[in-house]
Amino acid sequence: MSVAMNKGASDTRTPSAAPAPASGGRLRSTGLKHLLLMLAAFFGLVLLLLAVDEFRATQLASLAYYIPAVAGLTVLTGINGQVSLGHGALMAVGAYTTGVLLIRQPDLPYLLIVAIAIIVTALVGALVGVAAARLHGPYLAGATLALAVGLPGLAITFEDLLGGEPGLRIPSPTVPPWVQDLYGNITGDRLTPRVYLAYLGGALALTTLFILSNLVRSRYGRMWRAVRDDEVAAELAGIDLGRARVLAFVVSAACAGLAGALLAVVSRIAAPTGFTVVLSLSLLVAIVIGGLGSLVGAIIGSAMLVYLAPFSIARGRDLGLSDVEAANLAPLIYGVVLIVVMLVAPRGLVGTARFAFLARRAGRQGAGART
Amino acid sequence: MQQFFDATLSGITNGVVFAAFALCLVLIFRATRIINFGQGAQAMVTTYLALKLIQNDVPYALAFVAALAAGFLLGAFVERVIVRPVETGPEINAVIVTLGIFIALVALAAIIFGNDLAAFPAAFSLAGLEVGGSTIALRPNDLFTIGAVLVAMAVLLGLFRFTSLGLRMRASAFNQEVAKLLGVKVGQMLTLGWALAGLFGSLAGLLIAAGTPIFPSYMDAVVIFAFVAAVLGGLDSFLGAVVGGLVLGLTSAYVSSYVGSELVTLAALAILMVVLLLKPGGLFSSSVARRV
Repeated sequence: MSVAMNKGASDTRTPSAAPAPASGGRLRSTGLKHLLLMLAAFFGLVLLLLAVDEFRATQLASLAYYIPAVAGLTVLTGINGQVSLGHGALMAVGAYTTGVLLIRQPDLPYLLIVAIAIIVTALVGALVGVAAARLHGPYLAGATLALAVGLPGLAITFEDLLGGEPGLRIPSPTVPPWVQDLYGNITGDRLTPRVYLAYLGGALALTTLFILSNLVRSRYGRMWRAVRDDEVAAELAGIDLGRARVLAFVVSAACAGLAGALLAVVSRIAAPTGFTVVLSLSLLVAIVIGGLGSLVGAIIGSAMLVYLAPFSIARGRDLGLSDVEAANLAPLIYGVVLIVVMLVAPRGLVGTARFAFLARRAGRQGAGART
Repeated sequence: MQQFFDATLSGITNGVVFAAFALCLVLIFRATRIINFGQGAQAMVTTYLALKLIQNDVPYALAFVAALAAGFLLGAFVERVIVRPVETGPEINAVIVTLGIFIALVALAAIIFGNDLAAFPAAFSLAGLEVGGSTIALRPNDLFTIGAVLVAMAVLLGLFRFTSLGLRMRASAFNQEVAKLLGVKVGQMLTLGWALAGLFGSLAGLLIAAGTPIFPSYMDAVVIFAFVAAVLGGLDSFLGAVVGGLVLGLTSAYVSSYVGSELVTLAALAILMVVLLLKPGGLFSSSVARRV
């Protein structure tokens, strides 16, 4: 297994036949390496948040809710090979759970509410996963698409609890006093709720990435890839296909639940119009452009989702489009990106770069062997 | 009783259109083993085209035919240019590409035609027919809808049954290698299949739109109903798609009449799950095992 242990944080569908020669300076433990990376990233986030204004901080908080959702989906689709167009609906489950609890039980700590939202969404994910484990390809896509279109309808049916068409207005969680004190002692400033959410979201997103990056390089990750690559071989190796698939779905749904819990407090509203099929498909865009199965790609894809929309709206206005027209530029780009990436570079950004790198190195080694 | 009767009648009308749309999915799936999730968006675009023509004083029938022709061309374009390169790759790639078509076309329509509701005129009267002194939920326009779909199905059936072209298309769908060896231009047949599906889909889109307001995502739910209908029929049976479409049409009418229209899609999902778990090959499957 030393081959897998030495691979970088990104893993793609390309079987990298040539293992990197373990150089002396390299960290032996994948877990420790990921932990250090995560701490460094959090440190960087703190520096960044001290430097930027509240608008940018809120944008970073949006990035923080996209990352778990996209990373979770990349594990499901990229690593395990199950396509899901229903993750927007699973995010809705997390968001509505969070919203209802924040409104009805305002005394509960926010992190506990997040935990409950994750558990509820994971349970829903288990239910969907049991059904999904028997399906593949277009069947699975169609079933999960129906989920994405159909599930928000429940918010209208249970109007008293879930707010119906206009949705739930969600109060911001309060900043705990000890966090406020700590922040005040270090910076001499007050921590506003929106910046607090950026810190909290960033920490949760990084924790998710830490857990997932270790998970995909663990026994479970190998099991999921084995199921994706060759069902018969995996079954012969003693893997229970159904269990592996359901487990991947539950993990992925839990991530979507966290994403929904963060989305609810960042956008301060949970409404059926916020969880359209476009949300589910935009998550798919993010994993496809980053590269199926790559967590680094998931981060790049999430960043694209957060920053492309305001960018394209601004460009649209420059071109003289109305606000409604400009707002549709982003989904138009998503669609074109899905098609173009699949036709030109099906491995996505990270996969293509990685493949080029491996091919060059293989070329060099081949040349070295001849001389 | 009146409610049940009305729901049944509107369910049949809806079901016929769902059946037509499910036929498009089946037509494409038989030939290329791909579900075209962009089919609804393609139909939406051609419906908007017809609407624009009608608003510019083009006669209704002419606009109708122009939209059908546009659907034919759009279907051919989609297959030849966008889908052909991924036809042989992993099936997930084709799924992703058709979803790309779906999302891009809906967004493009919102930019060009606007996001607001636009009233699409009906071909015939929208007043319920009078039977024995009471008005029933069957309108002259519904009769036109049912008739148009039946004619289209008959044409399609005739094409596949009785013409050499239909035989070549069936051969290409049945076994590409052998068909090629026998001199069938398989590529052209695939393009033609997608084009016919595009034509049929745009017919369904027009029929659904008639007399109702349309908006860029008005076909989203229809794609799902048609997909469920097609799966119900086993995805490669024309008869199965028709029966599945009627089942879906009736179900959606009853659910929206007795429970609530917002739950119709979830009801379709429930049907889909039950069918796939109990009879994965669809209601009309022969004994051939197939992974779903």
